[in-house]
Amino acid sequence: MKVLLAMSGGVDSSVAALVLRNQGHDVVGVTMRLWGGESDTGCCSVSDVDDARRVAQQLGIDHLVFNFSEEFNDHVVNPYVASHVAGTTPNPCIECNRHLKFDRLIERGRALGFDAVATGHHARIVDDNGVLRVGRGEDALKDQSYVVHMLSGEDLAYMMFPVGFMQKSDVRQLGVDFGLRTATKPDSQDVCFIGTTIGRAGFLEPRLTFNAAEVVDQSGAKVGEVSAVELVTLGQRRGLGLGGGDKRYVVAVDVPARRVTVGDEASLFVESEKLTGMVWPHAEDENLVLNTEVLVQGSAHGERSAARIEHTDEGFRMVWARPNRRIAPGQTVVFYDANDTVVLGGGIVTT
Amino acid sequence: MTTSSAPGSEYVYLDHAATSPLRPEARAAMEPFGDVMYANPSGSHRFAREARRAIDEARDQIAELIGCRPGEIVFTSGGTEGANSAVLGTVRRSGGVAVCSATEHHAVLHCVEHVGGVVVPVTEQGPLSPDVVRETLGGLSNVSVVSVMAVNNETGAINDLEHISHAVRGRAENAILHTDAVQAACWLDLRIIWPHVDVLTLSAHKFGGPKGMGVMVIRDGVHLEPLILGGGQERDRRSGTHNVAGIVGTATALALTDQHRDVEVQRLGALRDELIAGLTARIPCAVPTLQPGVGIAGTAHVCLDGLESESVLYLLDTANVCVSAASACASGAMEPSHVLAAMNVPRSRVNGSLRFSLGHTTKSADIAKAIDATVAAAERLSAVAKK
Repeated sequence: MKVLLAMSGGVDSSVAALVLRNQGHDVVGVTMRLWGGESDTGCCSVSDVDDARRVAQQLGIDHLVFNFSEEFNDHVVNPYVASHVAGTTPNPCIECNRHLKFDRLIERGRALGFDAVATGHHARIVDDNGVLRVGRGEDALKDQSYVVHMLSGEDLAYMMFPVGFMQKSDVRQLGVDFGLRTATKPDSQDVCFIGTTIGRAGFLEPRLTFNAAEVVDQSGAKVGEVSAVELVTLGQRRGLGLGGGDKRYVVAVDVPARRVTVGDEASLFVESEKLTGMVWPHAEDENLVLNTEVLVQGSAHGERSAARIEHTDEGFRMVWARPNRRIAPGQTVVFYDANDTVVLGGGIVTT
Repeated sequence: MTTSSAPGSEYVYLDHAATSPLRPEARAAMEPFGDVMYANPSGSHRFAREARRAIDEARDQIAELIGCRPGEIVFTSGGTEGANSAVLGTVRRSGGVAVCSATEHHAVLHCVEHVGGVVVPVTEQGPLSPDVVRETLGGLSNVSVVSVMAVNNETGAINDLEHISHAVRGRAENAILHTDAVQAACWLDLRIIWPHVDVLTLSAHKFGGPKGMGVMVIRDGVHLEPLILGGGQERDRRSGTHNVAGIVGTATALALTDQHRDVEVQRLGALRDELIAGLTARIPCAVPTLQPGVGIAGTAHVCLDGLESESVLYLLDTANVCVSAASACASGAMEPSHVLAAMNVPRSRVNGSLRFSLGHTTKSADIAKAIDATVAAAERLSAVAKK
């Protein structure tokens, strides 16, 4: 098959290229140029493009660069900033996957006549009684099904995850055995467009106005101050200027009122949360999931908790089986089946 | 290493504005200066004198082709170094304000921006208007260098340097007028351009010479601060051991270019017209960027409105047709063209821009192949876009 493989310059997509080539596919590697600004980290620096190109050269496959920086700005960076202004907690990696790695790249792949688009994600494509679903990657610790949960059945029929069935250590070993220059590159951790030296506050500072806020306890009494309410996240414990004493957590962030409310850990636990931006891989999944028990994961490598998804007059709601630590508004939740193997849907927590 | 796939007979190479293949005569002229006549021309032995003689002869030959004095010629590493030397070399020596138009090559534009100069916006889609130059300079004082390209590298638009020169002399009489003539050498007689400017810069690989070689012509009496200091070669204007082979190859290539120019302008101009006519007749969304008659014979710049250059280029590449869009950044990604943006070309057209550039190896059969491949790519992508 003619496969368009997204190559970030990391070890996973490098080994994905090797695996696909060894399977006899006609592979073209593409590095997406996403971030036009300066960053010393992440998946779009020039040295990462160099790595991807050198790996492609070593494997004897073509390598292209697509410039998606405008779409990245529109769909990832601007919403990331807007989310902070609104006092919610964004997940830029998921938005990047949704709009760039999948929507845009799949569109390109189809337009250019490729039979499939592949990425180096640790996830699997599972045939679940005749329908295709995202399954957890073989390596439980590296599983990325959460960040690729938005893929529809139609998308999955066109996608390949060549390293999803491998342990990460085997991926690296294959890279080492083949002498790929990316074999020992560290995993990317942070938001790719924010350099480690500049940091989140340094990145946001020229892009929005920080507002000081008072920190109050649940009785409304002022207990401290923060210089930028936009940087405060639900559940946060440090950097609130509270000094010692009992552990207190952010339990509410009200940007317009410039108020951060803190409370004890118990007050972070909730019975239910509202959801928006629902994702159903297949049209019929909504009916399949609603009012049954699913396992919910609320962060990239987070714990799963049992919950029931309901659709009421006020919209979608996730009712925890037992009171659960609250997931910050703006964060994505992904629903897995009771065996915790395949993705059934997802949504975004809202207030 | 995989085997290289040099554009051969099965390939259509229409990217001469990016680089033109080395002319066989230039390669032959360069060959002895590798391991036979390898001496450093600045030495004092007989072998050095042989190398020196080759440079002197090349300089005389190039001077004749440009219509300047041999002593006005400085050999550089290419067009970018020439542009940097003209703009930065003036401002570092004399201070003052550097001025250029927004459609200049980045080699000029980034230098002007670097020294806090003035970038003149353009309004018209094509050559730079002398009136706009006059107007802009009228509002500025202490202008020390004005840089106006002879031919735009993307669109192929020819600037009227005679009238632009009048405008500059009338409003900024002490300013040095530099022209980036990198894209002009194949198409315009340099002897007609040179009298109007103070500094003229060329790049050898655009006319079939070697890469890494440039020519900068500095009018006697004009002084630029050298960018590269060292052994004092090129009369202290550009230090560094002479690239003897490169200089010889440059002279040979420029001589051939000059010799065949009139014939090639006729021949390739007709092919260019055929190309534009074919593309616009068969691709509904194809819009030529320039009006007929305002560009060089070798460039067909066309925008496929609503399509994406990246996709078109990929499909053309797979069909063995080599063309380009705008400039590429360090990562290799295509950047939206600053030239077209400055010319207020609508964004949907900028994103679909294509530059077909013809040159000394272009054959008549290439044009039909390029048209067919572009039509096929546009049809495929238009069909997908409509879905």
